[in-house]
Amino acid sequence: MIQHLTAQQRLALARSPQRPGPMDYLQGLFTEFFEQRGDRLQGDDPAIFGGIARYHGRPVTVLGTRKGKNLEENLRTHFGMPEPEGYRKAQRIMAQAEKFRRPIITFVDTPGAYPGLEAEERGQADAIARSLTLMSRLTVPMVAVICGEGGSGGALALAMGNEVLMLENAVYSVLSPEGFASILWKDAGRVAEACEVMKITARDLRKLGVVDEVIPEPENPENLTTRLRLVDAAITKHLDAALRLKDPARHRQEKFAAMGRAWIQGGNP
Amino acid sequence: MNQQFEERRAKFLAMGLKRKGKGPVFAPKPGLDPQFEKCPQCGMAVRKDQWHQGYNVCPGCGFHRPIGAYDRLRMLLDDGAFREFNSALTGRDPLSFPGYREKLAALRTATGLQEAVVTAVGKIYGFPAVVAVMDSRFLMGSMGAAVGEKIARVAQLAQKKKLPLIIFCASGGARMQEGILSLMQMAHTAAAIEEFQCSGGLYIACLTNPTTGGVSASFAMLGDITLAEPGALIGFAGPRVIEQTIGQKLPEGFQRAEFLQDHGFVDAVVPRGELRDTLGQLLSLHGRKR
Repeated sequence: MIQHLTAQQRLALARSPQRPGPMDYLQGLFTEFFEQRGDRLQGDDPAIFGGIARYHGRPVTVLGTRKGKNLEENLRTHFGMPEPEGYRKAQRIMAQAEKFRRPIITFVDTPGAYPGLEAEERGQADAIARSLTLMSRLTVPMVAVICGEGGSGGALALAMGNEVLMLENAVYSVLSPEGFASILWKDAGRVAEACEVMKITARDLRKLGVVDEVIPEPENPENLTTRLRLVDAAITKHLDAALRLKDPARHRQEKFAAMGRAWIQGGNP
Repeated sequence: MNQQFEERRAKFLAMGLKRKGKGPVFAPKPGLDPQFEKCPQCGMAVRKDQWHQGYNVCPGCGFHRPIGAYDRLRMLLDDGAFREFNSALTGRDPLSFPGYREKLAALRTATGLQEAVVTAVGKIYGFPAVVAVMDSRFLMGSMGAAVGEKIARVAQLAQKKKLPLIIFCASGGARMQEGILSLMQMAHTAAAIEEFQCSGGLYIACLTNPTTGGVSASFAMLGDITLAEPGALIGFAGPRVIEQTIGQKLPEGFQRAEFLQDHGFVDAVVPRGELRDTLGQLLSLHGRKR
Protein backbone atom coordinates (compact mmCIF):
# COMPACT_ATOMS: atom_id res chain seq x y z
CA MET A 1 0.00 0.00 0.00
CA ILE A 2 1.23 3.45 -0.90
CA GLN A 3 -0.10 5.76 1.79
CA HIS A 4 1.79 8.95 1.29
CA LEU A 5 0.80 10.20 -2.16
CA THR A 6 -1.06 13.43 -2.90
CA ALA A 7 -4.17 13.38 -5.07
CA GLN A 8 -2.21 14.95 -7.91
CA GLN A 9 0.49 12.26 -7.68
CA ARG A 10 -2.19 9.60 -7.86
CA LEU A 11 -3.70 11.36 -10.88
CA ALA A 12 -0.30 11.11 -12.61
CA LEU A 13 -0.06 7.41 -11.73
CA ALA A 14 -3.60 6.78 -12.96
CA ARG A 15 -2.76 8.35 -16.30
CA SER A 16 0.66 6.76 -16.75
CA PRO A 17 0.92 4.94 -20.11
CA GLN A 18 2.81 2.12 -18.33
CA ARG A 19 -0.03 1.45 -15.92
CA PRO A 20 -1.84 -1.86 -16.52
CA GLY A 21 -5.26 -1.21 -18.03
CA PRO A 22 -8.54 -3.03 -18.67
CA MET A 23 -7.00 -5.23 -21.38
CA ASP A 24 -4.36 -6.46 -18.92
CA TYR A 25 -7.03 -7.45 -16.41
CA LEU A 26 -8.99 -9.14 -19.17
CA GLN A 27 -5.96 -11.19 -20.18
CA GLY A 28 -4.84 -11.91 -16.65
CA LEU A 29 -8.09 -12.76 -14.89
CA PHE A 30 -10.22 -14.59 -17.44
CA THR A 31 -9.56 -18.00 -18.93
CA GLU A 32 -11.57 -17.49 -22.11
CA PHE A 33 -12.83 -14.49 -24.02
CA PHE A 34 -14.98 -14.12 -27.09
CA GLU A 35 -15.10 -10.51 -28.25
CA GLN A 36 -18.39 -9.14 -29.51
CA ARG A 37 -18.08 -6.22 -31.90
CA GLY A 38 -20.36 -3.57 -33.27
CA ASP A 39 -23.50 -1.78 -32.13
CA ARG A 40 -25.65 -3.17 -35.01
CA LEU A 41 -26.59 0.41 -35.89
CA GLN A 42 -23.57 2.27 -37.14
CA GLY A 43 -20.24 0.63 -36.51
CA ASP A 44 -17.75 -0.68 -34.01
CA ASP A 45 -15.94 1.57 -31.58
CA PRO A 46 -12.65 0.01 -30.47
CA ALA A 47 -12.53 2.35 -27.43
CA ILE A 48 -14.91 -0.07 -25.72
CA PHE A 49 -14.40 -3.83 -25.80
CA GLY A 50 -16.92 -6.37 -24.68
CA GLY A 51 -17.77 -10.01 -24.88
CA ILE A 52 -18.29 -13.31 -23.15
CA ALA A 53 -15.57 -14.54 -20.83
CA ARG A 54 -15.02 -17.26 -18.29
CA TYR A 55 -14.25 -16.18 -14.74
CA HIS A 56 -13.34 -18.92 -12.26
CA GLY A 57 -15.28 -21.34 -14.41
CA ARG A 58 -18.38 -19.15 -14.70
CA PRO A 59 -19.43 -17.51 -17.99
CA VAL A 60 -19.64 -13.76 -17.48
CA THR A 61 -19.95 -10.69 -19.67
CA VAL A 62 -16.94 -8.40 -19.58
CA LEU A 63 -16.84 -4.81 -20.79
CA GLY A 64 -14.10 -2.26 -20.62
CA THR A 65 -12.49 0.76 -22.17
CA ARG A 66 -9.44 0.42 -24.40
CA LYS A 67 -6.71 2.94 -25.12
CA GLY A 68 -4.59 0.83 -27.42
CA LYS A 69 -0.94 -0.16 -27.16
CA ASN A 70 0.57 1.86 -30.03
CA LEU A 71 -0.01 5.22 -31.63
CA GLU A 72 -2.24 3.87 -34.36
CA GLU A 73 -4.50 2.20 -31.80
CA ASN A 74 -4.34 5.25 -29.57
CA LEU A 75 -5.68 7.37 -32.41
CA ARG A 76 -8.38 4.89 -33.35
CA THR A 77 -9.65 4.81 -29.76
CA HIS A 78 -9.05 8.54 -29.15
CA PHE A 79 -6.86 7.42 -26.24
CA GLY A 80 -9.70 5.51 -24.68
CA MET A 81 -12.48 8.02 -25.23
CA PRO A 82 -15.55 6.19 -26.54
CA GLU A 83 -17.92 7.40 -29.22
CA PRO A 84 -21.70 6.79 -29.13
CA GLU A 85 -21.23 3.49 -31.01
CA GLY A 86 -19.11 2.26 -28.11
CA TYR A 87 -21.85 2.92 -25.58
CA ARG A 88 -24.50 1.43 -27.86
CA LYS A 89 -22.37 -1.66 -28.32
CA ALA A 90 -22.06 -1.90 -24.54
CA GLN A 91 -25.86 -1.66 -24.25
CA ARG A 92 -26.31 -4.46 -26.73
CA ILE A 93 -23.85 -6.65 -24.88
CA MET A 94 -25.35 -5.84 -21.46
CA ALA A 95 -28.86 -6.63 -22.68
CA GLN A 96 -27.56 -9.95 -23.95
CA ALA A 97 -25.88 -10.66 -20.62
CA GLU A 98 -29.29 -10.24 -19.03
CA LYS A 99 -30.95 -12.54 -21.55
CA PHE A 100 -28.45 -15.32 -20.85
CA ARG A 101 -28.25 -14.54 -17.10
CA ARG A 102 -24.55 -13.73 -17.10
CA PRO A 103 -23.16 -11.41 -14.42
CA ILE A 104 -21.40 -8.33 -15.79
CA ILE A 105 -17.90 -7.17 -14.89
CA THR A 106 -16.64 -3.84 -16.25
CA PHE A 107 -13.18 -2.23 -16.21
CA VAL A 108 -13.07 1.54 -16.59
CA ASP A 109 -10.10 3.65 -17.61
CA THR A 110 -11.15 6.62 -19.72
CA PRO A 111 -10.63 10.37 -19.66
CA GLY A 112 -14.30 10.60 -20.70
CA ALA A 113 -16.59 10.29 -23.69
CA TYR A 114 -14.98 11.60 -26.88
CA PRO A 115 -15.88 15.28 -27.40
CA GLY A 116 -15.82 15.17 -31.19
CA LEU A 117 -18.00 16.60 -33.93
CA GLU A 118 -19.26 13.27 -35.26
CA ALA A 119 -19.74 11.91 -31.74
CA GLU A 120 -22.10 14.80 -31.05
CA GLU A 121 -23.87 14.38 -34.38
CA ARG A 122 -24.56 10.76 -33.60
CA GLY A 123 -25.85 11.50 -30.13
CA GLN A 124 -23.19 11.13 -27.47
CA ALA A 125 -25.60 12.42 -24.80
CA ASP A 126 -28.35 10.07 -25.95
CA ALA A 127 -25.99 7.09 -25.92
CA ILE A 128 -24.77 7.74 -22.37
CA ALA A 129 -28.28 8.44 -21.07
CA ARG A 130 -29.55 5.16 -22.47
CA SER A 131 -26.65 3.23 -21.00
CA LEU A 132 -27.60 4.63 -17.60
CA THR A 133 -31.26 3.67 -17.92
CA LEU A 134 -30.35 0.21 -19.12
CA MET A 135 -28.00 -0.37 -16.18
CA SER A 136 -30.66 0.91 -13.78
CA ARG A 137 -32.97 -1.97 -14.67
CA LEU A 138 -30.57 -4.84 -15.51
CA THR A 139 -31.66 -7.86 -13.51
CA VAL A 140 -28.23 -9.51 -13.53
CA PRO A 141 -25.58 -8.47 -10.99
CA MET A 142 -22.88 -6.07 -12.09
CA VAL A 143 -19.45 -5.29 -10.64
CA ALA A 144 -17.56 -2.23 -11.91
CA VAL A 145 -13.83 -1.67 -11.41
CA ILE A 146 -12.41 1.83 -11.84
CA CYS A 147 -8.83 0.85 -12.62
CA GLY A 148 -7.25 4.01 -14.05
CA GLU A 149 -8.97 7.26 -14.87
CA GLY A 150 -12.73 7.49 -14.33
CA GLY A 151 -13.65 10.55 -16.33
CA SER A 152 -17.15 11.96 -16.00
CA GLY A 153 -20.30 10.60 -17.66
CA GLY A 154 -18.22 8.64 -20.14
CA ALA A 155 -16.93 6.52 -17.24
CA LEU A 156 -20.22 6.33 -15.33
CA ALA A 157 -21.85 4.91 -18.46
CA LEU A 158 -19.91 1.69 -17.75
CA ALA A 159 -19.80 1.92 -13.97
CA MET A 160 -23.31 1.78 -12.54
CA GLY A 161 -22.53 -1.46 -10.76
CA ASN A 162 -24.10 -3.11 -7.74
CA GLU A 163 -20.57 -3.06 -6.44
CA VAL A 164 -18.14 -0.34 -7.50
CA LEU A 165 -14.48 -1.08 -6.79
CA MET A 166 -11.56 1.24 -7.30
CA LEU A 167 -7.84 0.70 -7.42
CA GLU A 168 -5.84 2.59 -4.85
CA ASN A 169 -4.21 4.90 -7.38
CA ALA A 170 -7.14 5.28 -9.72
CA VAL A 171 -9.09 8.54 -9.88
CA TYR A 172 -12.77 9.18 -10.56
CA SER A 173 -14.26 12.62 -11.05
CA VAL A 174 -17.06 14.70 -12.50
CA LEU A 175 -14.56 16.44 -14.80
CA SER A 176 -10.78 16.42 -15.24
CA PRO A 177 -9.06 18.48 -12.54
CA GLU A 178 -7.65 20.68 -15.35
CA GLY A 179 -11.16 21.36 -16.65
CA PHE A 180 -12.45 21.91 -13.14
CA ALA A 181 -9.77 24.52 -12.38
CA SER A 182 -10.31 26.34 -15.63
CA ILE A 183 -14.10 26.43 -15.22
CA LEU A 184 -14.29 27.38 -11.56
CA TRP A 185 -11.17 29.47 -11.16
CA LYS A 186 -10.47 30.44 -14.78
CA ASP A 187 -6.98 29.13 -14.12
CA ALA A 188 -6.04 25.72 -15.51
CA GLY A 189 -2.78 25.96 -13.57
CA ARG A 190 -4.42 25.31 -10.21
CA VAL A 191 -4.59 21.55 -10.87
CA ALA A 192 -3.01 20.47 -7.58
CA GLU A 193 -5.59 22.45 -5.65
CA ALA A 194 -8.42 21.08 -7.81
CA CYS A 195 -7.20 17.52 -7.21
CA GLU A 196 -7.43 18.03 -3.46
CA VAL A 197 -10.76 19.84 -3.30
CA MET A 198 -12.55 17.58 -5.82
CA LYS A 199 -12.02 14.37 -3.81
CA ILE A 200 -10.94 12.20 -6.72
CA THR A 201 -8.97 9.47 -4.94
CA ALA A 202 -10.26 6.02 -4.11
CA ARG A 203 -10.08 6.63 -0.36
CA ASP A 204 -11.98 9.92 -0.57
CA LEU A 205 -14.64 8.32 -2.73
CA ARG A 206 -14.91 5.39 -0.35
CA LYS A 207 -15.68 7.90 2.42
CA LEU A 208 -18.32 9.59 0.24
CA GLY A 209 -19.99 6.23 -0.33
CA VAL A 210 -19.40 6.26 -4.09
CA VAL A 211 -16.98 3.33 -3.98
CA ASP A 212 -17.46 0.08 -2.07
CA GLU A 213 -13.87 -1.05 -1.79
CA VAL A 214 -10.41 0.33 -2.42
CA ILE A 215 -8.22 -2.34 -4.02
CA PRO A 216 -4.63 -2.00 -2.82
CA GLU A 217 -1.86 -1.84 -5.40
CA PRO A 218 1.61 -3.37 -5.09
CA GLU A 219 4.40 -1.00 -4.08
CA ASN A 220 6.26 -1.89 -7.26
CA PRO A 221 4.01 -0.81 -10.14
CA GLU A 222 5.55 -3.41 -12.44
CA ASN A 223 4.51 -6.29 -10.22
CA LEU A 224 1.61 -7.43 -12.38
CA THR A 225 1.19 -10.80 -10.64
CA THR A 226 0.47 -9.26 -7.24
CA ARG A 227 -1.73 -6.63 -8.82
CA LEU A 228 -3.81 -9.27 -10.61
CA ARG A 229 -4.11 -11.34 -7.43
CA LEU A 230 -5.41 -8.34 -5.46
CA VAL A 231 -7.89 -7.33 -8.15
CA ASP A 232 -9.03 -10.93 -8.55
CA ALA A 233 -9.66 -11.31 -4.82
CA ALA A 234 -11.72 -8.10 -4.69
CA ILE A 235 -13.81 -8.98 -7.75
CA THR A 236 -14.46 -12.50 -6.45
CA LYS A 237 -15.60 -11.18 -3.09
CA HIS A 238 -17.90 -8.52 -4.53
CA LEU A 239 -19.23 -10.68 -7.33
CA ASP A 240 -20.27 -13.22 -4.69
CA ALA A 241 -22.02 -10.46 -2.76
CA ALA A 242 -23.74 -9.22 -5.92
CA LEU A 243 -24.84 -12.73 -6.86
CA ARG A 244 -26.60 -13.06 -3.51
CA LEU A 245 -28.77 -9.98 -4.14
CA LYS A 246 -32.47 -10.77 -4.48
CA ASP A 247 -33.19 -7.84 -6.77
CA PRO A 248 -30.00 -6.43 -8.32
CA ALA A 249 -31.90 -3.78 -10.32
CA ARG A 250 -33.64 -2.37 -7.25
CA HIS A 251 -30.35 -2.53 -5.35
CA ARG A 252 -28.63 -0.46 -8.03
CA GLN A 253 -31.43 2.10 -8.17
CA GLU A 254 -31.39 2.57 -4.41
CA LYS A 255 -27.63 2.61 -4.19
CA PHE A 256 -27.25 5.47 -6.66
CA ALA A 257 -30.24 7.35 -5.24
CA ALA A 258 -28.73 7.22 -1.76
CA MET A 259 -25.38 8.78 -2.68
CA GLY A 260 -26.62 12.37 -2.78
CA ARG A 261 -29.25 12.00 -0.05
CA ALA A 262 -26.79 12.64 2.75
CA TRP A 263 -26.19 16.04 1.22
CA ILE A 264 -29.68 17.50 0.93
CA GLN A 265 -32.01 19.06 3.44
CA GLY A 266 -35.64 20.19 3.61
CA GLY A 267 -38.45 19.33 1.22
CA ASN A 268 -41.67 17.40 1.64
CA PRO A 269 -41.30 13.77 2.61
CA MET B 1 -51.05 19.40 -44.49
CA ASN B 2 -49.33 20.89 -41.42
CA GLN B 3 -51.42 24.05 -41.79
CA GLN B 4 -54.59 22.01 -41.69
CA PHE B 5 -53.51 20.09 -38.59
CA GLU B 6 -52.56 23.30 -36.83
CA GLU B 7 -56.00 24.81 -37.47
CA ARG B 8 -57.69 21.69 -36.16
CA ARG B 9 -55.53 21.71 -33.08
CA ALA B 10 -56.37 25.35 -32.42
CA LYS B 11 -60.10 24.63 -32.69
CA PHE B 12 -59.88 21.60 -30.46
CA LEU B 13 -57.93 23.42 -27.78
CA ALA B 14 -60.25 26.45 -27.98
CA MET B 15 -63.21 24.16 -27.31
CA GLY B 16 -61.53 22.83 -24.21
CA LEU B 17 -60.86 26.35 -23.02
CA LYS B 18 -64.47 27.44 -23.50
CA ARG B 19 -65.71 24.57 -21.38
CA LYS B 20 -63.21 25.23 -18.65
CA GLY B 21 -63.12 29.01 -19.07
CA LYS B 22 -59.41 29.13 -18.45
CA GLY B 23 -56.42 30.56 -20.18
CA PRO B 24 -52.81 31.15 -19.39
CA VAL B 25 -51.93 34.08 -17.21
CA PHE B 26 -48.81 35.98 -17.85
CA ALA B 27 -49.64 39.38 -16.52
CA PRO B 28 -47.50 42.19 -17.87
CA LYS B 29 -46.06 44.37 -15.17
CA PRO B 30 -48.26 47.44 -14.77
CA GLY B 31 -47.37 50.43 -16.89
CA LEU B 32 -44.92 50.73 -19.70
CA ASP B 33 -41.34 50.11 -18.84
CA PRO B 34 -39.37 52.87 -20.53
CA GLN B 35 -36.19 50.84 -20.40
CA PHE B 36 -34.88 49.09 -23.47
CA GLU B 37 -32.81 45.95 -23.67
CA LYS B 38 -30.94 44.95 -26.79
CA CYS B 39 -31.54 41.58 -28.39
CA PRO B 40 -28.31 39.62 -28.06
CA GLN B 41 -28.80 38.15 -31.55
CA CYS B 42 -30.07 40.93 -33.83
CA GLY B 43 -29.24 43.93 -31.69
CA MET B 44 -32.75 45.39 -31.89
CA ALA B 45 -33.67 47.59 -28.92
CA VAL B 46 -36.79 46.09 -27.34
CA ARG B 47 -38.77 47.65 -24.50
CA LYS B 48 -38.57 45.63 -21.30
CA ASP B 49 -42.32 45.12 -21.08
CA GLN B 50 -42.30 43.86 -24.67
CA TRP B 51 -39.69 41.30 -23.74
CA HIS B 52 -41.90 40.29 -20.86
CA GLN B 53 -45.12 40.01 -22.86
CA GLY B 54 -43.38 38.11 -25.60
CA TYR B 55 -42.12 35.49 -23.14
CA ASN B 56 -38.60 36.84 -23.58
CA VAL B 57 -38.65 36.15 -27.32
CA CYS B 58 -37.27 38.93 -29.52
CA PRO B 59 -40.09 40.41 -31.65
CA GLY B 60 -37.52 41.21 -34.35
CA CYS B 61 -35.62 37.98 -34.93
CA GLY B 62 -37.33 35.41 -32.70
CA PHE B 63 -34.29 34.93 -30.47
CA HIS B 64 -35.26 33.07 -27.28
CA ARG B 65 -33.75 34.68 -24.19
CA PRO B 66 -33.70 32.62 -20.99
CA ILE B 67 -36.90 32.71 -18.97
CA GLY B 68 -37.20 32.28 -15.21
CA ALA B 69 -38.69 29.09 -13.83
CA TYR B 70 -41.69 30.82 -12.21
CA ASP B 71 -42.39 32.91 -15.33
CA ARG B 72 -42.27 29.70 -17.35
CA LEU B 73 -44.87 28.07 -15.09
CA ARG B 74 -47.11 31.13 -15.24
CA MET B 75 -47.04 31.32 -19.02
CA LEU B 76 -47.61 27.61 -19.39
CA LEU B 77 -50.28 26.61 -16.92
CA ASP B 78 -54.01 27.32 -16.79
CA ASP B 79 -54.67 30.52 -14.83
CA GLY B 80 -50.92 30.65 -14.29
CA ALA B 81 -51.72 28.50 -11.26
CA PHE B 82 -49.57 25.76 -9.81
CA ARG B 83 -48.78 24.07 -6.54
CA GLU B 84 -45.08 23.91 -5.90
CA PHE B 85 -43.62 21.10 -3.85
CA ASN B 86 -40.23 20.42 -2.31
CA SER B 87 -39.66 24.17 -2.55
CA ALA B 88 -37.45 24.08 0.54
CA LEU B 89 -35.32 21.16 -0.62
CA THR B 90 -31.76 22.39 -0.92
CA GLY B 91 -28.28 20.98 -1.17
CA ARG B 92 -25.33 21.21 1.18
CA ASP B 93 -21.64 21.49 0.56
CA PRO B 94 -20.14 18.01 0.28
CA LEU B 95 -16.66 19.14 -0.81
CA SER B 96 -16.52 22.13 1.56
CA PHE B 97 -15.83 24.01 -1.64
CA PRO B 98 -14.48 27.50 -0.92
CA GLY B 99 -17.17 30.14 -1.40
CA TYR B 100 -19.92 27.70 -2.43
CA ARG B 101 -22.25 28.35 0.51
CA GLU B 102 -21.93 32.11 0.10
CA LYS B 103 -22.59 31.81 -3.61
CA LEU B 104 -25.76 29.78 -3.00
CA ALA B 105 -26.99 32.27 -0.40
CA ALA B 106 -26.38 35.21 -2.75
CA LEU B 107 -28.16 33.46 -5.62
CA ARG B 108 -31.17 32.67 -3.44
CA THR B 109 -31.52 36.32 -2.60
CA ALA B 110 -30.92 37.52 -6.15
CA THR B 111 -33.22 35.06 -7.97
CA GLY B 112 -35.83 34.13 -5.39
CA LEU B 113 -35.07 30.50 -6.20
CA GLN B 114 -33.93 27.95 -3.65
CA GLU B 115 -32.31 25.68 -6.20
CA ALA B 116 -31.81 25.38 -9.96
CA VAL B 117 -35.10 23.57 -10.52
CA VAL B 118 -38.70 24.32 -9.49
CA THR B 119 -41.13 21.40 -9.28
CA ALA B 120 -44.89 21.84 -9.36
CA VAL B 121 -48.27 20.41 -10.30
CA GLY B 122 -50.61 22.35 -12.57
CA LYS B 123 -52.93 22.05 -15.55
CA ILE B 124 -52.55 22.71 -19.26
CA TYR B 125 -55.90 23.11 -21.07
CA GLY B 126 -57.46 21.32 -18.14
CA PHE B 127 -55.04 18.40 -18.24
CA PRO B 128 -53.14 17.98 -14.98
CA ALA B 129 -49.40 17.38 -15.19
CA VAL B 130 -46.33 17.33 -13.00
CA VAL B 131 -43.89 19.95 -14.23
CA ALA B 132 -40.25 20.61 -13.43
CA VAL B 133 -38.57 23.76 -14.71
CA MET B 134 -34.85 24.39 -14.53
CA ASP B 135 -33.56 27.93 -14.26
CA SER B 136 -30.25 28.84 -15.85
CA ARG B 137 -29.84 31.88 -13.59
CA PHE B 138 -29.04 29.55 -10.71
CA LEU B 139 -25.44 28.37 -11.30
CA MET B 140 -26.21 27.70 -14.97
CA GLY B 141 -29.01 25.34 -13.96
CA SER B 142 -26.37 22.87 -12.86
CA MET B 143 -27.34 19.56 -11.26
CA GLY B 144 -26.09 18.75 -7.79
CA ALA B 145 -27.57 16.48 -5.14
CA ALA B 146 -30.65 18.68 -4.59
CA VAL B 147 -31.52 19.07 -8.28
CA GLY B 148 -31.05 15.32 -8.83
CA GLU B 149 -33.25 14.52 -5.86
CA LYS B 150 -35.98 16.93 -6.99
CA ILE B 151 -35.98 15.46 -10.50
CA ALA B 152 -36.18 11.93 -9.08
CA ARG B 153 -39.02 13.01 -6.79
CA VAL B 154 -41.08 14.55 -9.61
CA ALA B 155 -40.80 11.26 -11.45
CA GLN B 156 -41.97 9.39 -8.35
CA LEU B 157 -44.80 11.87 -7.76
CA ALA B 158 -45.97 11.61 -11.36
CA GLN B 159 -45.87 7.82 -11.05
CA LYS B 160 -47.84 7.84 -7.81
CA LYS B 161 -50.47 10.27 -9.10
CA LYS B 162 -50.49 8.65 -12.57
CA LEU B 163 -49.88 12.04 -14.19
CA PRO B 164 -47.76 12.99 -17.19
CA LEU B 165 -44.36 14.49 -16.44
CA ILE B 166 -42.96 17.52 -18.27
CA ILE B 167 -39.41 18.68 -17.62
CA PHE B 168 -38.01 21.93 -19.00
CA CYS B 169 -34.28 21.44 -19.17
CA ALA B 170 -31.90 24.39 -18.96
CA SER B 171 -28.55 23.36 -17.64
CA GLY B 172 -24.84 23.47 -18.29
CA GLY B 173 -24.57 20.00 -16.75
CA ALA B 174 -23.32 18.59 -13.48
CA ARG B 175 -22.60 21.02 -10.65
CA MET B 176 -18.83 21.20 -10.34
CA GLN B 177 -18.95 22.45 -6.75
CA GLU B 178 -20.46 19.15 -5.58
CA GLY B 179 -17.92 17.00 -7.40
CA ILE B 180 -18.56 13.31 -7.94
CA LEU B 181 -21.94 13.43 -6.17
CA SER B 182 -23.21 15.60 -9.04
CA LEU B 183 -22.01 12.95 -11.48
CA MET B 184 -23.94 10.30 -9.57
CA GLN B 185 -27.13 12.32 -10.05
CA MET B 186 -27.00 11.28 -13.71
CA ALA B 187 -27.48 7.68 -12.63
CA HIS B 188 -30.05 8.67 -10.01
CA THR B 189 -32.26 10.73 -12.35
CA ALA B 190 -31.96 8.34 -15.30
CA ALA B 191 -33.06 5.46 -13.06
CA ALA B 192 -36.03 7.41 -11.67
CA ILE B 193 -37.21 8.48 -15.14
CA GLU B 194 -36.82 4.92 -16.41
CA GLU B 195 -38.91 3.51 -13.59
CA PHE B 196 -41.63 6.10 -14.23
CA GLN B 197 -41.66 5.34 -17.96
CA CYS B 198 -41.73 1.58 -17.41
CA SER B 199 -44.82 2.09 -15.22
CA GLY B 200 -46.60 3.54 -18.27
CA GLY B 201 -46.01 7.22 -17.52
CA LEU B 202 -45.66 9.83 -20.24
CA TYR B 203 -42.52 11.96 -20.01
CA ILE B 204 -42.16 14.99 -22.25
CA ALA B 205 -38.71 16.60 -22.27
CA CYS B 206 -38.53 20.24 -23.35
CA LEU B 207 -34.96 21.19 -24.12
CA THR B 208 -34.18 24.87 -23.79
CA ASN B 209 -30.98 26.86 -24.02
CA PRO B 210 -28.62 25.36 -22.91
CA THR B 211 -29.05 21.62 -22.32
CA THR B 212 -25.56 20.16 -22.12
CA GLY B 213 -23.24 17.90 -20.14
CA GLY B 214 -24.57 15.63 -17.45
CA VAL B 215 -28.15 16.82 -17.80
CA SER B 216 -28.25 16.16 -21.53
CA ALA B 217 -26.63 12.76 -20.96
CA SER B 218 -29.29 11.74 -18.44
CA PHE B 219 -32.94 12.75 -18.08
CA ALA B 220 -32.98 15.37 -20.86
CA MET B 221 -32.50 12.77 -23.60
CA LEU B 222 -34.99 10.26 -22.25
CA GLY B 223 -38.32 11.81 -23.18
CA ASP B 224 -41.06 9.70 -24.76
CA ILE B 225 -41.47 12.92 -26.66
CA THR B 226 -38.69 15.46 -26.95
CA LEU B 227 -39.39 19.09 -27.81
CA ALA B 228 -36.84 21.86 -28.12
CA GLU B 229 -36.98 25.64 -28.28
CA PRO B 230 -35.56 27.25 -31.42
CA GLY B 231 -31.83 27.87 -31.32
CA ALA B 232 -31.28 26.03 -28.02
CA LEU B 233 -27.78 24.64 -27.57
CA ILE B 234 -28.09 20.91 -26.95
CA GLY B 235 -25.21 18.47 -26.67
CA PHE B 236 -22.90 16.55 -24.41
CA ALA B 237 -19.57 18.32 -24.85
CA GLY B 238 -19.54 22.11 -25.05
CA PRO B 239 -18.65 23.72 -28.38
CA ARG B 240 -15.38 25.15 -27.06
CA VAL B 241 -14.19 21.75 -25.84
CA ILE B 242 -14.99 20.21 -29.22
CA GLU B 243 -13.17 22.97 -31.09
CA GLN B 244 -10.11 22.44 -28.92
CA THR B 245 -10.27 18.66 -29.46
CA ILE B 246 -10.64 18.67 -33.23
CA GLY B 247 -8.68 21.86 -33.84
CA GLN B 248 -11.21 23.51 -36.11
CA LYS B 249 -14.19 25.82 -36.03
CA LEU B 250 -17.60 24.19 -35.73
CA PRO B 251 -20.11 24.70 -38.54
CA GLU B 252 -22.92 27.24 -38.16
CA GLY B 253 -25.89 25.87 -36.24
CA PHE B 254 -23.97 22.89 -34.82
CA GLN B 255 -25.63 21.47 -31.65
CA ARG B 256 -28.60 23.78 -32.05
CA ALA B 257 -32.18 22.51 -31.65
CA GLU B 258 -32.77 22.42 -35.41
CA PHE B 259 -29.55 20.43 -35.89
CA LEU B 260 -30.68 17.90 -33.28
CA GLN B 261 -34.02 17.58 -35.05
CA ASP B 262 -32.26 16.99 -38.37
CA HIS B 263 -30.09 14.32 -36.76
CA GLY B 264 -32.98 12.45 -35.21
CA PHE B 265 -32.79 13.41 -31.54
CA VAL B 266 -35.70 15.86 -31.23
CA ASP B 267 -39.32 15.31 -32.28
CA ALA B 268 -40.15 18.95 -32.86
CA VAL B 269 -38.63 22.39 -32.50
CA VAL B 270 -41.41 24.51 -31.01
CA PRO B 271 -41.25 28.29 -30.49
CA ARG B 272 -41.90 29.31 -26.90
CA GLY B 273 -45.22 30.95 -27.72
CA GLU B 274 -46.58 27.68 -29.13
CA LEU B 275 -45.36 25.35 -26.41
CA ARG B 276 -48.51 25.57 -24.35
CA ASP B 277 -50.66 24.54 -27.32
CA THR B 278 -48.31 21.75 -28.32
CA LEU B 279 -48.17 20.39 -24.78
CA GLY B 280 -51.97 20.71 -24.46
CA GLN B 281 -52.37 18.65 -27.60
CA LEU B 282 -49.90 16.00 -26.46
CA LEU B 283 -51.56 15.70 -23.05
CA SER B 284 -54.99 15.39 -24.68
CA LEU B 285 -53.68 12.67 -26.99
CA HIS B 286 -52.43 10.73 -23.98
CA GLY B 287 -55.31 10.77 -21.60
CA ARG B 288 -58.43 12.09 -20.03
CA LYS B 289 -59.15 15.28 -18.18
CA ARG B 290 -59.63 15.00 -14.48
